[in-house]
Amino acid sequence: MKVEQISIFIENKSGRLAEVSGILGQAGVNIRALSLADTSDFGILRLIVNDTEKALSILRDHNFTVSKTEVIGVEVPDTPGGLSSILQILDQNNVNVEYMYAFVERSGDNAVIIFRFDHVDEAISALTRNGVKILKGEQLTKI
Amino acid sequence: MIWNDEFETLPREAIESLQLKRLQQTVERVYATVPFYRESFRQAGISPADIKSLSDLQRLPFTLKQDMRDNYPYGLFAVPLEQIVRIHASSGTTGKPTVVGYTRRDIETWTELMARSFVAAGAHKGDVIHNAYGYGLFTGGLGAHYGAERLGASVIPMSGGNTKKQLMIMQDFGSTVLTCTPSYSLFLAEVAAEEGIDIRNLKLKVGILGAEPWSEKMRQEIEDKLNIKAIDIYGLSEILGPGVAIECIEAQNGLHIWEDHFIPEIIDPETGKVLPIGEKGELVITTISKEGIPLIRYRTRDITRLIQEPCICGRTHARIERLSGRSDDMLIIRGVNVFPSQIESVLFNIEGVEPHYQLIVEREGNLDTLEVQVEVNEQTFSDEIKILQELAGKIKKDIKDLLGVTCKVRLVEPKSITRSEGKAKRVIDNRIKES
Repeated sequence: MKVEQISIFIENKSGRLAEVSGILGQAGVNIRALSLADTSDFGILRLIVNDTEKALSILRDHNFTVSKTEVIGVEVPDTPGGLSSILQILDQNNVNVEYMYAFVERSGDNAVIIFRFDHVDEAISALTRNGVKILKGEQLTKI
Repeated sequence: MIWNDEFETLPREAIESLQLKRLQQTVERVYATVPFYRESFRQAGISPADIKSLSDLQRLPFTLKQDMRDNYPYGLFAVPLEQIVRIHASSGTTGKPTVVGYTRRDIETWTELMARSFVAAGAHKGDVIHNAYGYGLFTGGLGAHYGAERLGASVIPMSGGNTKKQLMIMQDFGSTVLTCTPSYSLFLAEVAAEEGIDIRNLKLKVGILGAEPWSEKMRQEIEDKLNIKAIDIYGLSEILGPGVAIECIEAQNGLHIWEDHFIPEIIDPETGKVLPIGEKGELVITTISKEGIPLIRYRTRDITRLIQEPCICGRTHARIERLSGRSDDMLIIRGVNVFPSQIESVLFNIEGVEPHYQLIVEREGNLDTLEVQVEVNEQTFSDEIKILQELAGKIKKDIKDLLGVTCKVRLVEPKSITRSEGKAKRVIDNRIKES
């Protein structure tokens, strides 16, 4: 159920994003989804890629600080109120969203949202109980 | 104008014979009363009777700041505590401060030397002296205060802080002389501008500025912005406090060091050898009139050179050139002494943080700023912004708690701090460049 995400510490300096994407591109790693959280001094680049271990090792080789985090990919109806219905389920089950971002591609008729929760297992069970489809890692990278 | 014509204009031979007499007395006294000196003289194989000329001073061992810490608090005092009428301590550093004690006669000497210094800076009876040096354990406030009273000037004991009130009093009381740190004088000018006060047109005519390093460029800025003469004053609590040396307003070129009370030497900080007059090196001072805590060959770590050429003001005492740095890695940030090793100890105590850091010191606007850059590693890295911000906040708080200095903490990528010859460059002090 869980998907592996890579997080990379990046200083707010010009060219750093280009460098990361260049390193991954040369290594043949494909970026499937990404989000950038930033402060005035630094940012955290979060990526879902087709080969997590390869991406981690190549970035470490280039002196980047990286970590692996478990997130989940959720299918969200691509209609008005679609996201709201998911968030309500989570709220009712007291699961907090640490952050979330949208996947670029759709899964069939649905949008895909990547979530990081404080309590991942509770989130998964609440969502599946309510008939929400959670995508597996290999499904996500094949979209 | 000269406060003490007799002593401030002594011919060189007379200064030197007075120095020798007082040096011999001081050496005898510390040998007899301070176990630390008795032991260090014995180790150097020298006794008071060996001091027959001023050049014999070079045979005596140095006194280090660490020696004062090791003998905390009263171990280097040369008189019983009941003869000490005042105790001060050094600012800001970690652990135990360095403690100094003054006898009644020491306070008298200090007062006299501060009065001389005020007059050298162009102040006189009738001036309103706005003393914004901190009052307290720090020597600045009280040292300047008693000298100003001795002069017969009217002293306003402002102490530091509360800048708007300082400006109000400056306007309403007609302050003519300002005593504070150079950076604070510029800060006053900045706040005055914000408040719509034309500080250039107040009655201020002189600023007597010290307790932190500053450049010639900064002097010009202060003189322009405040429309005053900015005079450099030098002192350190170990030796006396403010008033060890001061520029004269006539030349504003080098600080006269009161040679009837101190013997300055310039040494090579690496070898400890005394350098010829005029060469640049570390300033070493021996006190020759102090009773409470006389110091033999105290290493100030300040880099300067000695100027013995006569000065246009008529004073015969040698001058030290404006300080150009330190022989150790101590930084003075907003008046607080900071050693990189202290920052390192803070980082070392935070779990996961590696001591890969760099200190960037700037003078932004008019105040010193310290930025501590710390490399993030996989142990401290978190996928969540708030956890990284908490880490930065903790480092900042721990530094503030230990050193009393507010800094900005910037987390940086690993290996981004320049390493030269395998060793990181710890300090980038951009304040020095401006001169």
